[in-house]
Amino acid sequence: MRLTQGAFSFLPDLTDTQISAQIEFALAQGWAVSIETTDDPHPRNTYWDMWGMPMFDLKDAAGVMMELKAARTALPERYIRINAFDSTRGWETVRLAFIAHRPPVEARFALDRVEAEGRVQRYALRRVPA
Amino acid sequence: MTMLADPMPGTETPAPPLRQALNLADMYRDSEIGPLLAELDRDLIGLQPVKQRIREIAAYLLVTKARRELGLETSTPTLHMAFTGNPGTGKTTVALRMAGILHRLGYVRRGHLVSVTRDDLVGQYIGHTAPKTKEVLKRAMGGVLFIDEAYYLYRPENEKDYGQEAIEILLQVMENQRDDLVVILAGYADRMQTFFSANPGFRSRIAHHIDFPDYDDEELLRIADLIAEKEGYRFDEGARAALADYVAARRNRPDFANARSIRNAFDRARLRQAIRLFEAGGEVDADALSTITAAEIRSSRVLSRDG
Repeated sequence: MRLTQGAFSFLPDLTDTQISAQIEFALAQGWAVSIETTDDPHPRNTYWDMWGMPMFDLKDAAGVMMELKAARTALPERYIRINAFDSTRGWETVRLAFIAHRPPVEARFALDRVEAEGRVQRYALRRVPA
Repeated sequence: MTMLADPMPGTETPAPPLRQALNLADMYRDSEIGPLLAELDRDLIGLQPVKQRIREIAAYLLVTKARRELGLETSTPTLHMAFTGNPGTGKTTVALRMAGILHRLGYVRRGHLVSVTRDDLVGQYIGHTAPKTKEVLKRAMGGVLFIDEAYYLYRPENEKDYGQEAIEILLQVMENQRDDLVVILAGYADRMQTFFSANPGFRSRIAHHIDFPDYDDEELLRIADLIAEKEGYRFDEGARAALADYVAARRNRPDFANARSIRNAFDRARLRQAIRLFEAGGEVDADALSTITAAEIRSSRVLSRDG
């Protein structure tokens, strides 16, 4: 199952040139770029692991690409995403996040029906082994 | 998925046909090299070897560009540099301009300069150095990394020194990401010599070793004029003669630091001028406020001691 989270996830995987161009855009907006990885890509999991510190004061995408390549080599079995954080007052949030690397075998999920109070039916996503 | 892979009709751009010949003179005119070199000649006094090397680099980049347009084999030239010279010969000044120069020549993408010393690269504990060095390198990508007093990176007296770790990371990036950044090392000639002989990897990865010569007396006088002009001062005739004596005397003192000594002398002369005007009292005009006279130069310690 193809994981669709963040920007561009319904498109074919971005090439390195395209990733680099997106980072260039983020840096041009003055956003701080960071890299995060996870082995638990459940949509409710907002706590991805940081790959090093967020990269402030960068002028060029080459620095991020260097880290991204290092992360891919070290953690080929994990999802890797790129975040761009806008520190402008009023925003102070991640403005752009997209998946930059997927494991060879993607995570699979199943939909569970859950009984709630008063026979209300709820649904939950459950990770199933690949 | 084949539909996505196919380019949309009408959007494919055929590669421009390779040209058979190019006019280098035209390319030179279209580039910014001419005005750039003129500007350097105007702003930097002396430093002939440096200007000559910048001229060579400019020509080389132009030829590389021409080769690419004619479809000849090209690889990115390495432009890592080492600046060596005595104190005050303009190493830092030139390095600061080098980022702008390389950017205008189209060699680096951004043209910013990240200036660091040992403290910014080397950590205090085990495992602290590599992230610190890498962070600096990432910030410098697309521009120029200037390492001032680079020989401090290597401390032979302490074999556990973390400087060696920083050197290894630097060398690796200098080799693998030549088109992402340019590294400039600067330092005094003799100590850089020791540094390079202890780290042969550095010497071989640096294509341009530029030696900054000492300024002669006439150049130092022109530098004094330039400094004064920038600050809105001028020397009168007597002061200029006194300055010539000053330069000759200053040169023989052990702590002579070329242009930096002149800069300091100018700052002190400015102080003396202020106290002279202050003690004289009365009305002053713009001319009096911006003129430095012989008295201010002559009262220097350097001149009073030998005569």
